[in-house]
Amino acid sequence: MIDDETVRHVARLARLRLSPDEEQVMREELSGILEHIDAIRAMDLDGVPPTTHVITLENVVRPDVPVSGLTRDEALREAAHATDEGFGVPRMD
Amino acid sequence: MGLRDLTAAGQIAAVLAGETSSEELLDAHLAAIAADDVDAFLAVDAEGARARAREIDAMPERPPLAGVPIGIKDALSVRDVVTTAGSRMLEGFRPLYTATCVARLEAAGAVVVGKTNMDEFAMGSSTENSAFKNTLNPWDHGRVPGGSSGGSAAAVAERQVPWTLGSDTGGSIRQPAALCGIVGMKPTYGAVSRSGLIAFASSLDQVGPFARTVEDAALLLRHMVGRDPMDSTSLDWPGEIAAPTATDLSGMRVGVVDELMGDGIEPGVRAAVDAALGTIEELGGTVVPVSLPSALSGLATYYVLAPAECSANLARFDGVRYGPVAPAANLLDQYETTRGDLFGPEVKRRMMLGTFALASGYYDQYYGRAQRVRTLMVREFAQAFEKVDLLASPTSPTVAFPLGDRTADPYAMYMADVCTIPVSLAGLPAISIPCGLADGLPVGLQLAGPAFSENALLGAAHALEGALAFDTRPPGLVT
Amino acid sequence: MSAYEPVIGVEIHVQLSTRTKMFCGCELSFGDPPNTHTCPVCLAHPGVLPVVNEEAVRRALLIGLALGCEIAPRSIFHRKNYFYPDLPKAYQISQFDIPICGRGEFRALREDGSELLVGITRAHLEEDAAKLTHAGGRRAGAAESVVDFNRGGTPLVEIVTEPDLRSPSDVALFLRQLRQTLLFLGVSDCSMEEGSMRADANVSIRPVGSHEYGTKTELKNMNSFRFLERGIEAEIARQEEIVGAGGRVSQETVHYEPDTGHITSLRSKEESHDYRYFPEPDLVPIAPDPAWVEELRAGLPELPLPLRRRMVGEMGLSAEDAEVLTEGPELVVYFLEAAALADPKACANWIRGELRAQLREAGVEPWQSKVTPAHVAALVGLLDAGTVTVPAAKEVMAEVIVSGEDPADVVESKGLGAMDEGDLAAVVAEIVAANPDQAQQLRDGKNKVIGFFVGQTMKRTGGRADPQSVQRLVREAVRGD
Ligand SMILES: [Mg+2]
Ligand SMILES: [Zn+2]
Repeated sequence: MIDDETVRHVARLARLRLSPDEEQVMREELSGILEHIDAIRAMDLDGVPPTTHVITLENVVRPDVPVSGLTRDEALREAAHATDEGFGVPRMD
Repeated sequence: MGLRDLTAAGQIAAVLAGETSSEELLDAHLAAIAADDVDAFLAVDAEGARARAREIDAMPERPPLAGVPIGIKDALSVRDVVTTAGSRMLEGFRPLYTATCVARLEAAGAVVVGKTNMDEFAMGSSTENSAFKNTLNPWDHGRVPGGSSGGSAAAVAERQVPWTLGSDTGGSIRQPAALCGIVGMKPTYGAVSRSGLIAFASSLDQVGPFARTVEDAALLLRHMVGRDPMDSTSLDWPGEIAAPTATDLSGMRVGVVDELMGDGIEPGVRAAVDAALGTIEELGGTVVPVSLPSALSGLATYYVLAPAECSANLARFDGVRYGPVAPAANLLDQYETTRGDLFGPEVKRRMMLGTFALASGYYDQYYGRAQRVRTLMVREFAQAFEKVDLLASPTSPTVAFPLGDRTADPYAMYMADVCTIPVSLAGLPAISIPCGLADGLPVGLQLAGPAFSENALLGAAHALEGALAFDTRPPGLVT
Repeated sequence: MSAYEPVIGVEIHVQLSTRTKMFCGCELSFGDPPNTHTCPVCLAHPGVLPVVNEEAVRRALLIGLALGCEIAPRSIFHRKNYFYPDLPKAYQISQFDIPICGRGEFRALREDGSELLVGITRAHLEEDAAKLTHAGGRRAGAAESVVDFNRGGTPLVEIVTEPDLRSPSDVALFLRQLRQTLLFLGVSDCSMEEGSMRADANVSIRPVGSHEYGTKTELKNMNSFRFLERGIEAEIARQEEIVGAGGRVSQETVHYEPDTGHITSLRSKEESHDYRYFPEPDLVPIAPDPAWVEELRAGLPELPLPLRRRMVGEMGLSAEDAEVLTEGPELVVYFLEAAALADPKACANWIRGELRAQLREAGVEPWQSKVTPAHVAALVGLLDAGTVTVPAAKEVMAEVIVSGEDPADVVESKGLGAMDEGDLAAVVAEIVAANPDQAQQLRDGKNKVIGFFVGQTMKRTGGRADPQSVQRLVREAVRGD
């Protein structure tokens, strides 16, 4: 159904560290859930368009007028690694 | 009868009649929250609430909601009040803005007393996925209150507040309302602004009220609906949510969804729902069977679409701008460790599922197909509403189940929303009202209607509520 | 002649110079202190929702119309998912399979007068990332980076071309003229250095005569046309070397180091990208009213290429005049206003030449100076009528730059009008008489000496003499001696 490699690939895409045990459980659970979900893969959907929105609105826009936002102190208030001026992140390599 | 036994409408009337004050109401409810034995609240802002109650008490003209206290699901952002969405990922997080629906209620005179417990990021049907604690069912402390808005439902059933806000993606208002024996309503998609609602699945999420009466639910909803410039998917609600007054259902055609009355429904639940259908006929309504062939594919469809959307919605939790962060050697490590450590198992499961369903090579088979099944669902509901005014079904296939009963089997847990999900996929309004007991536990009846039929739904629910005369007081509750 | 033919397509990101960001009301800024233009929306706080900036839509439509693109009757936004600290939602709201502007084409004019036709694949709306500052100055090895969200969420239009370009110089030509068009539309500042216009190139090579495409590499983010041109040259050379040695080009993102001229690979070992695009549920479709689109089409300014053709064909300008004067929209408007009032060629010469030269020191452009297009036309008129001489006209211009006075008034008040023929002949006669040696040399056929007399006369008359007339009068005076 879904193999270890796929689990690891998807976990990397989702940026989720899974322990080897978690990986194992995840593989079993996802496989089980996908078995149920496979019902929709058997349905005849020829000519049925996709639905993204159930509402039929179009062209919802706002005028190009500035609105006051946050002060820098507010913006940085909740950050775990704030510097004087911004949001700190560790090295990228 | 104590202040807590008054409905919200009753409390407003008492304030306006000068029989009590907002602060007195607050004290009565804060005392109940302090004595809480179901763990409904995650955070209580007594100080802020008191300040606001005094402000309202000092107003020469009271605002419409007269300073009656309210509890807010922790999925809704309230400025400077810790808002976690039930996740360690947001432990200690104080939002910098307030959700539009909460701000509207505050402007109308509601006093926010605190934040209620929930399944982490609204993913779950029992509130057992809260990172912080389990909330207990007021009717049986060994059972779940439902979810994901379990805290909001339990708080109302326990009369810790007369009403609360919840959010409903696949049934997260209606199902806990059913399991806790109260009224819960999911409005038409777009009726209530989602701005400030911590997103689970954006195309399905809606905020709605919990209350002990249909009248209270309507009153709360009245002050929440309407277009919000901060939410591109919000709509002008045509007209106004009226106070429901109907006492009969004459001329009303009610369709019973065949597919949702089958094997998966517990006999006790079916019996209570059948009895309620009988009451509908006694009130002058016509009950006719209706088929929604795709309804049973709803669950599978939902468990592709909602996880896919959540996998993107929850990607922003990376420890950079808010929330706790795991110590890490480099950027990738920070992402993976923070998210791996701080998200709970159900959230990780759904993010994995959703990432998988969107990944190249799988998109067409899963996400693409699910979107097309959704189209069928929308069409089938539209066809059904050519024949009937409302649709009726159980809200939940079971009564409240024991704590821990389903935590080991994710799909068994997902089944709790089998009756509520099809309505969510079609974006339609639905209300759950208590319609009886099965083994001493509440059973919910779900009524669904076409888009913007809230007034008709509330009216029918009100008539039925009167005839059913369900006692919302859980056994042993002292007020 | 190489055995290989380069095949190049470009993707251009253009920051729109709207007042606010793409999806929130934060004001756009350049150079303000970090993180002073943010709000919960552009910081991707929990529960926030995007709302489309209408002006960004309008500008995307203008770009699409100017590039002859098909305007989508109904376009939607997608989420492009990837994790990076400069992307706070961990997805970029962009457009995927139904962009607001579909196929179009762009014509550029080469120096030799030939046309370069570049197919436009699409032009779509999206949002810009924030700015990352790396402590070590470079990405790799930096101990810590800091994110500034001021730029995050700036509206972008991404223009993608077909792989129609065949040389680095054509790429540079195309980009320069595309930039000019965007400047004419007034949609962006288009500054490469400030990053408001950024170009990536997809480069591959194939044997001459082949019609298949080779494996392409993506040359990222050059901050000048010159570097981009050189980078593409270097990348083509690198690919030719690989293929020539029997190797294969691998699909990767590469970077050009202007200092060393070397190409380096940016992310060869990174996992393959899977952006998991899906329709953005928080936004609804953009379906521009056809009447609005037609109104925008009708209101487009005259674009550089047709304008340059008109300048050369109808106004008698040189190709070079036309190129220089269409450099930017302000200069064009300035020139066209003057050219409507006086001889276009003369106006072009004066604007390109003397006016810009005199303004250069002050760092002022013609349209910013006190000299109006009408002043230029008036001056050209005065010259035409012989009312002033060229040197005097330059002096008049200098005065108008300072005072903004009307040229005719300046001529009057400063007495800069051309001298009467009789008066001038008298002055010349005097100078010839005073310099008998030089006069004799001229008589002996040393024609160069005429310059001496002209110089003397100009000095004496303060530039009010027409040099042509002076030459004639000097020869007459010498002969008549
Ligand atoms: Mg792009
Ligand atoms: Zn902003």
